[in-house]
Amino acid sequence: MLLNQFLLLGAVLFGTGVYGVLTRRHTVLVLMSIELMLAAVNINLVAFGAFSGSVAGQVFALFVLTIAAAEVGVGLAIVLLIFRNLHSSDLDDVDVLKG
Amino acid sequence: MNPVFDWHALAPDVVLAATVLLTLVATFLLPDRDATQVSRIAAIGVLAALVPVVTLANDGADRAMFDGAYVVDNYALALKAFFLVAAYVTILLSVDYIQEGDYYRGEFYFLLLTSVLGMSVMASARDLITMFVALETISIPTFVLAAYRKHDRVSNEAGVKYYVIGVLSSALMLYGMSLIFGYAGSTRLAEIGAQVSAAGAPPLLAVAVFLSLVGFAFKVSAVPFHFWAPDTYEGAPTPVTAFLSVSSKAGGFVALLNIVFFGFYGVDGAGTELWWPVIWVLAALSMTLGNLAALRQTNVVRMLAYSSVAQGGFMLVPFAAAGIAGAAGDLGQADTAFGAVVIYLLVYGAMNLGAFAVVIAAARRTRSAEISSFAGLFQTSPTLAVLMTVFMASLAGIPPLAGWFAKFVMFQSAVEAGGAWGITLAVVAGVNSVIAFFYYAGVMRQMWFKEPAGEDRSEIEVPYALTGALAITAAVTLVVGVYPQLFARVGELAF
Repeated sequence: MLLNQFLLLGAVLFGTGVYGVLTRRHTVLVLMSIELMLAAVNINLVAFGAFSGSVAGQVFALFVLTIAAAEVGVGLAIVLLIFRNLHSSDLDDVDVLKG
Repeated sequence: MNPVFDWHALAPDVVLAATVLLTLVATFLLPDRDATQVSRIAAIGVLAALVPVVTLANDGADRAMFDGAYVVDNYALALKAFFLVAAYVTILLSVDYIQEGDYYRGEFYFLLLTSVLGMSVMASARDLITMFVALETISIPTFVLAAYRKHDRVSNEAGVKYYVIGVLSSALMLYGMSLIFGYAGSTRLAEIGAQVSAAGAPPLLAVAVFLSLVGFAFKVSAVPFHFWAPDTYEGAPTPVTAFLSVSSKAGGFVALLNIVFFGFYGVDGAGTELWWPVIWVLAALSMTLGNLAALRQTNVVRMLAYSSVAQGGFMLVPFAAAGIAGAAGDLGQADTAFGAVVIYLLVYGAMNLGAFAVVIAAARRTRSAEISSFAGLFQTSPTLAVLMTVFMASLAGIPPLAGWFAKFVMFQSAVEAGGAWGITLAVVAGVNSVIAFFYYAGVMRQMWFKEPAGEDRSEIEVPYALTGALAITAAVTLVVGVYPQLFARVGELAF
């Protein structure tokens, strides 16, 4: 029964993150929303790991944490680059190319 | 218990990792950060990593390590060889571009090879954690590479779009993976497959599989998850675009093959109903929308971007066919179809890198990526025009070039998978092959029947490195077209 509560928390966090990515236009807020999604992943992994008695879940969560940090490092560098060139970090202002 | 290290099996990745570190150290130690020297180190390192791949292929035994998380078999070796050769060609494409551009820095090769290392690990990954780490090792350096021209707004935009989509897709994929881990209680793909066959597929697993497939669909830029690709491809430096559209895309496909074939497929094709409808829809949409959008492009890089979306759709056709055949219980046919995906991937790599090599060579004179800038190329540089014709015709699937063989195995797998769904997919692919012919022929028409625009009618000088890249890609495109058994055998051995 306890597992469901963790999964529910994970799902709510994940949903919040997806909503943030889709509605926020500021790059830093988009990054934070993606971090929420990754936090949801970690809650899932640790909960499943703890309930099935396997360490793989916790190991996986550690890898997710580490790599997310590397990703955000690169991401903030790109945001800084854009801010220098455009004096804005709004995704709507990055519009030279038309998809 | 200590883990067993089979150093022979690990050798390709170890050599590559050592080269990655060496390029970084060399970048900082060499005077003026001499990128030409760094490019030589990178090229030699990539070729050195090919040596153990050949000796392992000669040896032929399957080697599994770390409790089955890392496997070196024929499938892994074929793909490692592909990634290494593609990396070598990409280095050849980049040498003069980086040297003559404003960003003459050796870090370029460090980032490029780090990404290649991720691909090489991905080919051997049989575990969710290993796959995730490999996928991020592929992706993170390419975010930086896309934004490499840092004072150029267009390149910035390419970087940020690629980054946001890339990170979002990883998050979706990870959420799917966390649910799969919860279902199977293990991160090993083999155990996930066993669990699918033993316990069947609850709705939760369908959601998990769907989420992880969507994550990978972003990586391989399948429609409707392709919208980042044209912008990123146009904005990034052209050699990086070639790398993204061939190696990085192939990395995504290998991830997809791993997780589907070794995991969701189940031991006996029990799990196929979970994923083939998703792949079927992605394939049909990618082919149709990719081709229709490519028809309208005036910029050759954007045209190649949409063309690569469409080619990705063609590659998904045998994938879906494998699922259809597996669901019908025809496991031999399913294996042939999986082999067809690998064959298409190898052929696509050669012809697409070749097309980009010609675009880079021609842009040295014209400084333009418009399709109209190819006007009269046959009069000024006949060799380049003939080579571009070869690559365009091969992408369109005209015999006797390699692209024809790739299309042939693709159609064969769809038709032999049979059923209404298999035949429908073959028909959609057939109609799309015809549409695709028009935009590839558009480039040929410019080269052969138009007058050159500028005053300068001398032949375009092609540097040595670029000549090498053109020679390798043209040789593969021609030889495999005439002698397709070469790659057909690889497809058979892999599965």
